[in-house]
Amino acid sequence: MGKHTPLYDAHRAAGARLVDFAGWEMPLHYGSQIDEHHAVRRRAGMFDVSHMAVVDILGTGARAWLRRLLANDVAKADAPGKAVYSCMLNPSGGVKDDLIVYHLGADHYRTVVNAATTAKDLAWMREQVGHGAVAIHHRDDLAIIAVQGPQARAIAGSVLPTGLAQAAAQLKAFQATADDDLLVGRTGYTGEDGYECILAGAAAQSLWQKLGDGGVIPCGLGARDTLRLEAGLNLYGQDMHEDSHPFESGLAWTVAWKPAEREFIGRQALSALREDHDRVLVGVLLEAKGIMRAGQTLHHPGAEGSGLLTSAGYAPTLERSIGLARVPRVWKNAGPRVDVDIRGQGRAARLVDYPFVRHGESRIAT
Amino acid sequence: MGEIPGELKFAKSHEWVDMGEGGTAVIGISDYAQAALGDLVFVELPEVGDALVAGDNVAVVESVKAASDIYAPLSGEVVEVNTQLADAPELVNEDCYGEGWLFKLAVSDEAGLDDLLDADAYEQLIAEED
Repeated sequence: MGKHTPLYDAHRAAGARLVDFAGWEMPLHYGSQIDEHHAVRRRAGMFDVSHMAVVDILGTGARAWLRRLLANDVAKADAPGKAVYSCMLNPSGGVKDDLIVYHLGADHYRTVVNAATTAKDLAWMREQVGHGAVAIHHRDDLAIIAVQGPQARAIAGSVLPTGLAQAAAQLKAFQATADDDLLVGRTGYTGEDGYECILAGAAAQSLWQKLGDGGVIPCGLGARDTLRLEAGLNLYGQDMHEDSHPFESGLAWTVAWKPAEREFIGRQALSALREDHDRVLVGVLLEAKGIMRAGQTLHHPGAEGSGLLTSAGYAPTLERSIGLARVPRVWKNAGPRVDVDIRGQGRAARLVDYPFVRHGESRIAT
Repeated sequence: MGEIPGELKFAKSHEWVDMGEGGTAVIGISDYAQAALGDLVFVELPEVGDALVAGDNVAVVESVKAASDIYAPLSGEVVEVNTQLADAPELVNEDCYGEGWLFKLAVSDEAGLDDLLDADAYEQLIAEED
């Protein structure tokens, strides 16, 4: 039996189909993951993502310490309330995890890391503690509820405490506001507008209930995955891992080279790879009917080498199969037409830019 | 989960068979199977005219999660396929014993029915699987 979040009873009461995810018993869906996907794109859905870990970094050395730890520069979060998305690299330039860092106060930063990598990340961070005056505090007393969709912020605003709701309404993307009990960030993993709320585990059920009463429907990990894939958002462990670097994972934009004097773990290895990497991550759209799956290979009629789907599946908003694939860099100039090996048969597909869906609308010519 | 229709026969791999009077069987997958698969997004059916041998892998149903093989519960020739499923694979989830049927077979070997489970035996099988 896996670990339970504070919302476990609510999931069971709602008829969730529960599955193991990184040692947690989580809702895959509550009946239909396709219906849940559409609810997020059209109205509002909520996700219990309390299995992800909140790790606070405290102390006068926090900023400097994080500037060394992370490939993106937390100095960009130059005022309380700002947040940054970053990779955490190993010394070879491979990706240990991707995470969000919130600047909460002078000596207080908050990171949110993946569930599958929590133990690894904490061990790594503790190993790096000697490099600064910091305390690392794993906040396993906190829960996280993501509310996403075109109506998400309006409904959430109607159930949050007034002062917080007003402050949240003013947030720009990737900004957060907090009172003593609740952090609200205008962030998400679906490609839709919305909030991610971090709060005491003991308060989670009440917020979940109020959001539900306000018309937000519960959504599980199944919908979470189809939504993020359409939005072109990476999933750690699939689209990148310790043996892949940011340039071949669609994450070059998350690496902050300036200022040149900022030493960060992996910088040296990455500098060598910056011009000299031979693979890139691209979007793939299956032309025919059928479904692509992660792990299937691609070939190009006009270029050498092979590609590999890192994430793939059915996209409910597009009603097509899409994927992300790591392919030879030269393919980008060889024409978009490729073949995907689906259970022994080559099927026609084409390389496309991603995100595939934005603001609820398809961005590709289907 | 609803009632298992009493007149059907079942394979251990969760296909159901509705054996008709004229030697034609309608074949689909059970409610237990469709619930386990989740939302179906693609169904690949055999072609009309295909000769099937009981136990052959003859069709594929794809859900958001995974592809699942469908096995012929009986031997025979495919006489009709459910063309509605091309545009509406979710019919299998919504009405697996009715509108969500997969294909029809002119059965060449009715004795094969004896190797299948009746509704009670199938109900026991899935109770054990849970």
